[in-house]
Amino acid sequence: MKIQKNKLHIIKSIFFVLLLTPLIRLIILGINDALGANPIETVERSTGYWALFFLLISLSITPLRLTVKISWPIHIRRMIGLYSFFYACLHAVTYFWLDHWFDWQEILNDIFKHPYVLVGFLSLLLLIPLAITSTNKMMKAMGRWWKRLHCLVYFIAVLSILHFLWLVKKDITEPALFAIIFALLISIRIFHKRIRLNAPKDSPR
Amino acid sequence: MKINNSEIIPASEITPYETYMGRRDFIRAASAALMTAPFLSFNSEVSAATSASLFGYTKSSYGADEKLTSYNEVTNYNNYYEFGTSKSDPALESKDLETHPWTVSIEGAVKKNKQINLDDLLKLAPLEERIYRMRCVEGWSMVIPWIGIPMSKLIQWAEPTSNAKFIEFVSLADQSQMPGVRTNILDWPYTEGLRMDEAMHPLTILAVGLYGKLLPNQNGAPLRLVVPWKYGFKNAKSIVKIRFVESMPKTSWVKAGPKEYGFYANVNPMVDHPRWTQSTERRIGGGLFTPRIKTKLFNGYAEQVAHMYTGMDLVKNF
Repeated sequence: MKIQKNKLHIIKSIFFVLLLTPLIRLIILGINDALGANPIETVERSTGYWALFFLLISLSITPLRLTVKISWPIHIRRMIGLYSFFYACLHAVTYFWLDHWFDWQEILNDIFKHPYVLVGFLSLLLLIPLAITSTNKMMKAMGRWWKRLHCLVYFIAVLSILHFLWLVKKDITEPALFAIIFALLISIRIFHKRIRLNAPKDSPR
Repeated sequence: MKINNSEIIPASEITPYETYMGRRDFIRAASAALMTAPFLSFNSEVSAATSASLFGYTKSSYGADEKLTSYNEVTNYNNYYEFGTSKSDPALESKDLETHPWTVSIEGAVKKNKQINLDDLLKLAPLEERIYRMRCVEGWSMVIPWIGIPMSKLIQWAEPTSNAKFIEFVSLADQSQMPGVRTNILDWPYTEGLRMDEAMHPLTILAVGLYGKLLPNQNGAPLRLVVPWKYGFKNAKSIVKIRFVESMPKTSWVKAGPKEYGFYANVNPMVDHPRWTQSTERRIGGGLFTPRIKTKLFNGYAEQVAHMYTGMDLVKNF
């Protein structure tokens, strides 16, 4: 299924606004003083949730093509990935600023004493090179190293899910759902890679 | 055991004479009303409305120096897993909880097992208001004007034997009324416990109200424990059974995570939790731009309670 250029432009614009809605929602709630009794926690949880959500969406583009043969989303994959990074940054800014007021000693303590903070911090750091190298120019300049570097995204996804899992007190429903979806996406890829490897050499790819 | 009141009330907080007299008048009027009316009208109409007012309690000066957390926040941001694991679940899911009639069983190391209904329990001592800080193990805190009776009064009435070293508090676990109890998120019924001296301590109360009103269901109606120097989960809600026992009870959160939650659970900024920092806390009600505040040892009640733990390793006995 090919898509015309002008149509693609519309799709991109729609998704650009769509992926901005979680932030718009938070801003509207904030203005109306409706973020609940613990507004900092609400913002922290919400931005973190959407960062992980969009990360998994960006990872589902290829499985989507492999299973149901829908391939146009590849054109918005970079945008989704960058949105994930954007929400991760908002998440981190909330943590450093609103939650801890740049009290670095307290923050360092938190990072090294609490495993969930450490893995969250790591996945944020690892997202930075991916975001920087996300341009066409970088892609060309890096050649095959680009793909190798961007394989880090799987590791980041694992760290982020662990971050969520270790954060919750007792009810692990939500992080478990994320973990299941991630496992499903990975198995689709592995399954198809096997088929491809087992197929005769001259078969179309 | 005496409480050192002079340490609790700063001079600036001493009630002006006029207000004091006004308060006396109110209490006199209220007492007069009580002569003719039942002490607390717990008829079904009253208990159906969570906003029903309580009368005839004495205002206390405990913690009067701190800004109260709003009623709205106290009643809409709750941990009460019997009604769900989200903070907003209890207010939504507890509306239909039947809290009248309510009977509490007194069992174990007592002269005689007995039961007491709520109305009789409230006659054991005059109702008092206690403004306490409440520090949750998750790193947030509130200041709540509770209304209740000292726990010690119930203990005296229960007549424990010399074998009673600890008290176990058991909460209601009714699947038909509590959706959370249908899941196995915790080992139901919710169980908490105190050492005998902790339970006898004058700061420990059984609360039946807050903000001058009957305890809303989401806050543990009709009867809950309040132990202000311990993390919030120690405050068992909707208590149906009080057992006097010889050895330390296995409490719900200790069973759920023995490395994370201890029996004592005294607020202590020096003893970190595997997940949450305990050196600071966020006071609910501050909005987006209010920094955290420092957490105090024993939640600021060290003056009154520290002596009970002398010689004890607070890191080991967290």
